[in-house]
Amino acid sequence: MPELRKERLDRGVKVRSDSIYALSSMKEILYLLGPGLVLILLLLVLPLVVSPYWQRVMAITGVYALLSISFGFLANYVGLVSLGGAFYVGVGGYLSGLLNAAGVPLILSIPIATLLGAVICTLLLLPCLPLRGVYFAIISFIYPLFAGRLIAATGYFGGTDGIPGLDRFPSIWVALYMAIFILLIVLYGLSRMVNYEDVGLVFRGVKDNELAIKASALNLTWYKVQAVFISSAMGTFAGAYLAHLYGWVGMSLFAIDFSILPVAATVVGGSGTLYGPLLGALILVPASESMRAFGTLRIVFYAVLLVFFVVFWTEGILDFLKRKYEQFEHWVRI
Amino acid sequence: MSDDIILKVENVSKSFGGVKAVDNISFTLRRGEVLGIIGPNGSGKTTIINLITGFVEKDSGKVYYKGEDISEWQPHKIADVGLARTFQAMRPYPTLPAYKNIIPPLYSPRARRSARGKLGDRSAVAIDLLEEVGFERDARVPYKLAGALPLGYLKRLELCRCLALMPEMIICDEVFSGLSMSEIVSMVPLMEKLQRDGITLIMVEHRLRELFKIAKKAIVLNFGEKIAEGSPDEIFNDPKVKEAYFGGEDSYVFK
Ligand SMILES: Nc1ncnc2c1ncn2[C@@H]1O[C@H](COP(=O)(O)OP(=O)(O)OP(=O)(O)O)[C@@H](O)[C@H]1O
Ligand SMILES: [Mg+2]
Repeated sequence: MPELRKERLDRGVKVRSDSIYALSSMKEILYLLGPGLVLILLLLVLPLVVSPYWQRVMAITGVYALLSISFGFLANYVGLVSLGGAFYVGVGGYLSGLLNAAGVPLILSIPIATLLGAVICTLLLLPCLPLRGVYFAIISFIYPLFAGRLIAATGYFGGTDGIPGLDRFPSIWVALYMAIFILLIVLYGLSRMVNYEDVGLVFRGVKDNELAIKASALNLTWYKVQAVFISSAMGTFAGAYLAHLYGWVGMSLFAIDFSILPVAATVVGGSGTLYGPLLGALILVPASESMRAFGTLRIVFYAVLLVFFVVFWTEGILDFLKRKYEQFEHWVRI
Repeated sequence: MSDDIILKVENVSKSFGGVKAVDNISFTLRRGEVLGIIGPNGSGKTTIINLITGFVEKDSGKVYYKGEDISEWQPHKIADVGLARTFQAMRPYPTLPAYKNIIPPLYSPRARRSARGKLGDRSAVAIDLLEEVGFERDARVPYKLAGALPLGYLKRLELCRCLALMPEMIICDEVFSGLSMSEIVSMVPLMEKLQRDGITLIMVEHRLRELFKIAKKAIVLNFGEKIAEGSPDEIFNDPKVKEAYFGGEDSYVFK
């Protein structure tokens, strides 16, 4: 009987270490592009096959996915832990709602609210940019709480009733494919930027080595501003989108879920890439939806799930899958 | 002639808690000169660099660079006018190829204003620059992961990060320390080349023999104070310097 030995190949390393090799065969090209293609196909086909209820869940999932990617980008690639998700959503939602109520069609109010909202969020976060870690996180978390209370107390912007009667998307199809389209664009653009553009290296330095960035004649604060702008624009878009998905804006746009779920999604999905937070959101939001029947017990399941990932599976689902995908074992005769 | 004075440090002080890390230090430097800064451990050498380059706020004193008061400037702005520095504790991107460490400075406004910044592909420029400081291109050293590089290369990488800014002046914090004798010997010509290229240098060092191959004058710090200044001979014969270095018996310094 011939002796067998288990051999482990690491395709990822081989492909990464030599880009020419990657293009040498159809199989390798497929290997590289495969996961991306599967994701795109899945996102494009799924809306066609699920029920209207789950179509809505998908749209909401898209919103959370954007917020999770926004959180992951800022935390893992720039080193700023922002819990401002709810603030971005609220600002974007209310801006688009106010514009729309004043007669601006949603095709314009959404992009204006996205950009203007991101400028506002960035300016408000500007004073906290020198803060690091948990301090920045806390301040960014206080803004949405504050804004919600302020609206309730002053009665501005519709007060506790919100602003009803806003334009809605022409159909759920438009809404869904818009979310998917934006999500794919954002994913493509961001991962290009962090992996291939020179500014991605600067962001990395902002996270890992502030001193070297300063000594390289680069204005640290300015790059933090750029990153916060990018990430808050994703959030303000999500808010504006929600405003027209519901046809209504209200204080619930400042709900802390928008700040917290992205953290959970990043923990579950894994923080190594931008796709980790995405995957986390794609799992957590539908899971939480389907647990609705359990009422508040949902939170308990959630907590258990999180603890499991934090304690037992720290690398996250995506990094685990990636490792399994890149390494394959087979038996060889010796 | 005072107009070729590139750096003027005036009565600069800094205390940390009760410790006077830098105590009322002044000196001037002419364009193209090489100044050594020496002193025992903890004598304030790194701190004076941090004070000049804006990384630590001064308690008092002024710094003039090319006649301009840069005392209150932020570090990136000081680097932007061509006053670069290296770090004693280098922290490159460990998981990235060496040449990618040179890309952030090449991305800076200063580099982009210069002709080099317009060359297009920054990776190619970075690799050229690394070759200049001794990263053998044929052996693919610029492509090696920075985390796997020996200390000698890391020191060169740190210098290269400065050179990417096309600096007029570089302040080097212990380029030689930690290196083997042969690595130091191969580093000396590189520093001489920088000097020939017209770059003004300040070199903080412990290895005096190698330092004085390049620097023609030095200042000596002890407990944050400047205790001597002058040519190598003047410094070696200064009683206060001998005293500072354990009563002159410090073979490490004087051999
Ligand atoms: N950030 C800081 N906080 C508190 N004390 C500091 C700080 N930086 C330096 N010091 C103190 O200031 C003094 C001078 O330190 P410095 O690092 O400038 O010395 P050095 O001459 O560079 O020493 P070495 O040869 O070990 O590099 C030391 O007593 C040090 O402990
Ligand atoms: Mg030092």
